[in-house]
Amino acid sequence: MTIRRRDFLTLAGAATLSASLPRLARGADNAGVYDLERFGNARILHITDTHAQLRPVFFREPSVNLGVGPMQGNPPHLVGRAFLDRFGIRPDSADAYAFTCVEFEKAAGRFGKLGGFAHLKTLIDRLRSEVSSGRSLLLDGGDLWQGTGLANTMQGADMVDAANLLGIEAMTGHWEFTYGETVLRANLERFKGEFLAQNVYLTEEAAFNDAKAFDPASGRVFKPSIIKEIGGHRVAIIGQAFPYVPIAHPKRFTPDWKFGIRDEELQKLVDAHRNNDKVDAVILLSHNGMDVDLKLASRVTGIDVILGGHTHDAVPQPIAVTNAAGVTLVTNAGSNGKFLAVLDLELGKGKVKDVRYRLLPVFSELLRPDPAMQALIDKIREPQAALLNDKVGVADRLLYRRGNFSGSMDQLICDALLGELNVEIALSPGFRWGTTALAGQPLTMEDVLAQTAVTYPETYVQTMTGGQIKDVLEDICDNLFNADPYYQQGGDMVRVGGLHYTCTPAESVGKRISDLKLDNGRKLEAGKRYKVAGWASVNEQTGAPIWDVVVRHLRSGKPPNRSPPGVTLKGVEGNPGIAGHV
Amino acid sequence: MNTMENDFSATRRLILKGAGALTLIGLGIVPLDVTKALAAANDKYPEEAFKQKSDADVIKTLYGKTAEPSEKVKMDAPEIAENGAVVPVSVTTTLADVTSIAFLVSENPNVLIAKYNIPAGTLPSVANRIKMAKTSNVTVLVEAGGKLYSAAKEVKVTVGGCGG
Repeated sequence: MTIRRRDFLTLAGAATLSASLPRLARGADNAGVYDLERFGNARILHITDTHAQLRPVFFREPSVNLGVGPMQGNPPHLVGRAFLDRFGIRPDSADAYAFTCVEFEKAAGRFGKLGGFAHLKTLIDRLRSEVSSGRSLLLDGGDLWQGTGLANTMQGADMVDAANLLGIEAMTGHWEFTYGETVLRANLERFKGEFLAQNVYLTEEAAFNDAKAFDPASGRVFKPSIIKEIGGHRVAIIGQAFPYVPIAHPKRFTPDWKFGIRDEELQKLVDAHRNNDKVDAVILLSHNGMDVDLKLASRVTGIDVILGGHTHDAVPQPIAVTNAAGVTLVTNAGSNGKFLAVLDLELGKGKVKDVRYRLLPVFSELLRPDPAMQALIDKIREPQAALLNDKVGVADRLLYRRGNFSGSMDQLICDALLGELNVEIALSPGFRWGTTALAGQPLTMEDVLAQTAVTYPETYVQTMTGGQIKDVLEDICDNLFNADPYYQQGGDMVRVGGLHYTCTPAESVGKRISDLKLDNGRKLEAGKRYKVAGWASVNEQTGAPIWDVVVRHLRSGKPPNRSPPGVTLKGVEGNPGIAGHV
Repeated sequence: MNTMENDFSATRRLILKGAGALTLIGLGIVPLDVTKALAAANDKYPEEAFKQKSDADVIKTLYGKTAEPSEKVKMDAPEIAENGAVVPVSVTTTLADVTSIAFLVSENPNVLIAKYNIPAGTLPSVANRIKMAKTSNVTVLVEAGGKLYSAAKEVKVTVGGCGG
């Protein structure tokens, strides 16, 4: 990997934003990439959606991230050049590589991988040592324990060790819940920080049966918030778990718990911290997703900053949202360990006087890995190293997942389902995690598991009518493009193999999907039955795990299918949430 | 990624929460003599209203007047149902002299879910679970001081499918 240090050194300093002042110009050409201008009296560091990627990764940001209605053209629904223009990032820069898909392959060779916990540790320690002791906090927004074969086998236990060494003081959750209550509690037992979730409650039945809860009176399963003292000031950190866990995942993992956004309960909690605890700042550590957070910020008052995650949007500047009582800043800090958010606060009595926010790309080549963290990662990985390093194929082209409708990695998975399970149509979930492989790169078992490692990986084959298939596509599409963010779940569209369709995102549910056709050009008939394969079903299935199916396909030596994805979009002309084709 | 089963049984499953002195007259399986007894003790069992297929027809049949949206009707329902077979929907109101509360699901085969008569001196607070066939608007009607008020919210019933 040829690395030109100068490329990094001219990296524009990081976005700076103040709630009260106009944005300061970017550009600290002479400063080191991570030399931050000192500001304020409290520093909060935020990582989110690392998806257990302990080692540095390639991760291509999306070229399709459409917003519809009032969300169209607004962050986070900007990609490519439109993104660079909006945030004043120079094309061809290291920032452009980290934040967008522009010339990804070329830039990947130049700037290398991002993230890695040993590299993150070095950067975090440095940024914490710059402020006096007791003046910083490290928060994690969830999706810390899932996303790799290692984490899946160890049920997140590896990530608890890494989190403890990294020094995470509070976190919330999403995929953490898919290990089930027993494993979740065992992991939390070992976690040195706090697990916060104001929006997880016992079901009535579980409450009646005296199931375990943090607060049996309210039914809250977890501690909703904590107050941290920072340099004589009091900061409330409230946790907001992913609101739709039992809908997006099999309900069997969380039978006793109910979720939801619950902004009324949140408002009460914020008010109590403000009025009774007399805190100086309120931070929401959220796994809602950015559109949901933007709406929530307009409804719930008294929150200074929402540190957001879930939708994997790397947004360089906070978005200021005005509500009945003031302004709330909303952030989203990307995914896969690519970014570290630095929130510097100037705290005063009962209020935040001023703010600086930077979303720093974690360029692995520029950071010396922390030896203790590297040793821990090596130790955790060692027993499985042989299995994970097993070479199962080669990336015949750039393989990535992220995008609203398709990704070459998911096309590969759909091809595997079609070929190995002998069906007409393949469906693969629109997850937003999953790393990127460069063309020509060997694919290992670890790479395959980085796309597939879930606790419900079983494949299925079933017959569905054309009408049912259309209903499923409509339903999932509405989870993505409902005009009201509270009805969105934050994932991408289900990927299809063997099927072609037209999508009109701005339409309403039932009218978005049209012109469904099979690969052979025949129209999908509403009443006819088709053989369909898929994986990660919310219903219990018994087929082989998807990673085995993908490996079988890769080893079969079948020629790669490079036909373009079968999705045609309508009504997205001029939408800056798409660059190029689907 | 599997389709949800849309088996919609004729009998609604209603669960009353709390020990309020509520009168449930919405159960479609009440035997005839009990119906008669109820009718005698209270106002008439709204048999016709339970047969209606639209919000407007239910409101017309049940109350014979139009409902006016009110911020004093506080309705609590999920945006997306965790289980379409048991969707928790509750209502409280600060309106005075409440005499009845009714729940409507526009897209269900029979729109009227239940009507609760609220005796004087009872806290106007009702929580129940509703079986929903599919995504629908859910409306709560509160009859108070001879007038009719409402609140509504869309509740999505989804096949699931995840994300981030």
